[in-house]
Amino acid sequence: MSAFMNHFSFEFRTGIRNKELLLMNYLFPLGFYVMAGMFVTELNPAFRETVIPSMILFAIMVSMLLGLPQPLVTAREVGIFRSYKINGVPAISILTIPALTTMLHTLIVAVVITATAPLIFDAPLPVNWPGFIVVFLLTAFAFIGISLLISVISSSSRATVLWSQLIFLPSMMIGGLMIPAHMMPDALARIGMLLPSTYSMSAFQGLAKNWTIGFDPYWSLAVLLAGGVLSFGLAIYLFCWDSHNRTQRGHPMLALLALLPYALGALLLW
Amino acid sequence: MNDSVIQVRDFRKIYGDVVAVDGISFEVKRGEIFGLLGPNGAGKTSTLESLEGLRIPDGGSLQVMGVDPAHQSRKLRNLIGVQLQTSALPDSITVVEAMKFFCAYHGVAPRYDLIDRLGLTEKRGARHHQLSAGQQRRLVLALAIAHNPPVLFLDEPTAGLDVASRVELHNLMRELQAGGTTIMLATHDMAEAAEMADRVAILLRGKFAATGTPLDITATGAGLTKISVRTQGSSLSDSDITFPAVRRHVSKDEYSIYFSTDIGPTVSAIIDHIKSQGDTLIDLRVERPSLEDRFLEITTTGGIR
Repeated sequence: MSAFMNHFSFEFRTGIRNKELLLMNYLFPLGFYVMAGMFVTELNPAFRETVIPSMILFAIMVSMLLGLPQPLVTAREVGIFRSYKINGVPAISILTIPALTTMLHTLIVAVVITATAPLIFDAPLPVNWPGFIVVFLLTAFAFIGISLLISVISSSSRATVLWSQLIFLPSMMIGGLMIPAHMMPDALARIGMLLPSTYSMSAFQGLAKNWTIGFDPYWSLAVLLAGGVLSFGLAIYLFCWDSHNRTQRGHPMLALLALLPYALGALLLW
Repeated sequence: MNDSVIQVRDFRKIYGDVVAVDGISFEVKRGEIFGLLGPNGAGKTSTLESLEGLRIPDGGSLQVMGVDPAHQSRKLRNLIGVQLQTSALPDSITVVEAMKFFCAYHGVAPRYDLIDRLGLTEKRGARHHQLSAGQQRRLVLALAIAHNPPVLFLDEPTAGLDVASRVELHNLMRELQAGGTTIMLATHDMAEAAEMADRVAILLRGKFAATGTPLDITATGAGLTKISVRTQGSSLSDSDITFPAVRRHVSKDEYSIYFSTDIGPTVSAIIDHIKSQGDTLIDLRVERPSLEDRFLEITTTGGIR
């Protein structure tokens, strides 16, 4: 088995063995999906229309934003990256393999949600499956980039939680998951366009469900792709092996550049 | 032919205003065990980690088997094995998984025999966080030597090990040395350094205070040889008796203990005195100054080579 596959296999198992990761990858997203499906669809029957994309987006956000960065920061803080470095584990593997395994866990959860929502909550399936899959992949990619960037610039575990919540909470409230963007006040909707979840929901609705709400969903895909590429590239550029011997190539503030595609989206697509 | 495996020239490492290592130079030859000693903060870890490619030197040059650790880290990886001072592996990785994981990155078959050799057979399926501190250190050592590196860096290898594990580790080090492996050993354990190292260097405030074989270093000190004598009678009980080269005398547990600068004349005189008094010698012990004594002497007086 190649080093990459060996590493991938170990990281994937870690995502289940580690109680915190198991919670973030499976228990929390699936538990929330069941609760939201049961209660929100009762209060707001229209939620049935978006329960699949919004709960998949929720699963992506939980596993990527709340699950992925913390173990990476801890590994750097306790010196695991140093052990990796002296044994020839490349930096790119340290970042991409946990990202890919987290994406695989999220894919499993997405399959579970997509398969069960029509049966349990009478939720409609996507009508455009290729569009649905593309939106899922680009959304996951955009959030992976942000999560890796958070893990690279966070100086401590505490800072990681702060940065993660700074994206997660607004995404939940004004990112189109619970309240569609077109139902929000203009100012909030515009602020929401600084968040990847807004573009993701827009793309899910436009490409997976063929709805025509707001701007062209292909622009949403472009923003998600640009955001993902930029944040992933910045994460690799700013990667540091060692908390005690920081030889970072750039200032952590450079990470703000990752917001550029979303800011442009808010300016140009509004 | 130059058989130096590690070459360090005028190496400097600076953190802010603190000069951690101040222009040291040394070489380590193939198959040699080189001990790096020094109090905390002397610059040992900075030196080791710069040789391992974990830190960038601020001056001078370092080479490990002709490779610059700071700029040729890929080439370096299969040339060196490293046991870091703190064992850092993912909590959930098992002993067998760790062996597979690191061997895969080194491109060699997993060395499960080392797991057995280092007494971890029963812990093969245990996760890293379930191992004791000593077991974790043994695992990291197994991982460090699994790809048969020609150069091995050991940072406090016996810290936290029980006596049996320590003996096993020393046997393993001797085997590796016999096979041509060069070992650089940083330790606080002077007995270990004296026993295992062919040469040692004592670092003090970023500079070498002494280098040489353990015997060379102990011989150059002002240390006194301790001569403990026990007799059947009381021929040595008179505290006014003087012997040549004796600087100090104490009595403890039926022994008269003399600290001498010149062992030969002192011992001869003591034995002659016992005979002349019609007394009988029961026990006589001679303890040369140890590496630890010399280390303490250097570090407390700040002695420089």
